[in-house]
Amino acid sequence: MNERVQLLLALADDELILGWRNSEWTGIAPSLEEDVAFSSIAQNEIGHARALYELAARELGTDADALAFDRSLDEYRSAPLVELRRLEWARTIARHWLYETADAIRLEALRASDDPELAGIAAKIDREEVYHRIHAEMWVDRLLGSDEGRPRLDEALGELWPYALGVLDEELRPELVRRVEAKLGRTMSDVEPVARGTHEAELAELLHEMTMVRRSAPAGARW
Amino acid sequence: MSTVVFEVFRRERAGAPMQHAGSIVAPDARFAEVYAREQYGRRGESTALWLVPREAVDEIEDFVDEFDLKYRRVDGYSIKERLKEARERAGAAAPRAG
Repeated sequence: MNERVQLLLALADDELILGWRNSEWTGIAPSLEEDVAFSSIAQNEIGHARALYELAARELGTDADALAFDRSLDEYRSAPLVELRRLEWARTIARHWLYETADAIRLEALRASDDPELAGIAAKIDREEVYHRIHAEMWVDRLLGSDEGRPRLDEALGELWPYALGVLDEELRPELVRRVEAKLGRTMSDVEPVARGTHEAELAELLHEMTMVRRSAPAGARW
Repeated sequence: MSTVVFEVFRRERAGAPMQHAGSIVAPDARFAEVYAREQYGRRGESTALWLVPREAVDEIEDFVDEFDLKYRRVDGYSIKERLKEARERAGAAAPRAG
């Protein structure tokens, strides 16, 4: 599997798994409006995953569904950050904001790529991600501005920080540190990143649930 | 969490008038904008949205029509009943020929 396909799969897996995790809030978000907005963000992420899987599938001679659903756990290239199940709002917002901030840095790098297809899809994805960032930042500001929200968000950011660093390749990490510190107005601790390549225990459960319908259908079923 | 209700108006296509689409409950204007975008714009159903805090809306709901001036109403008024009455009156006075 060449480097380009590996990159596409890493991006696609991040978006698929995070989209799935965010969708776990559908029906139980803090307000009806937030429920609609966060579910919509989740759907966007899964849409990005599909577009990326399609590019990878063309090179691998398969299709997007097969890549999304038919691989074994150790073939997924997702970052541990997106795999964590943290059904608590401050943690969800912390993860959402850290991921979107890291993703923006990654997409900027890809848009400057000399591979026109990669640059093109990165630009296309980023046009939707703009709104995810607006959503994430507005929530971070809101939580930081309240006596109950601030300590909860700070605790979650502390827990997730090593995972956030792990979303990016080494050369892009300093930019994430810079942006996160600029927003929070404080220094983040110097920690060992939880990098891509290992998986969180929760991923197995997620994959089991996510592929349930796919596995129950006869081979070659069309939808 | 204190909330504000925003009334949302939406333009379906260029040149069309703004029409009331519904409302959004949000903590503030910044949240309302994000929520309105998702709720009333993400399926390409709108080319523009207006968000108006409900507080800013002047509401008028007292309209008197004590003298039954139906002819001034925008939907016009039905002359069917009146015509029938008039015919009956006319018929009683002078039956139509033929």
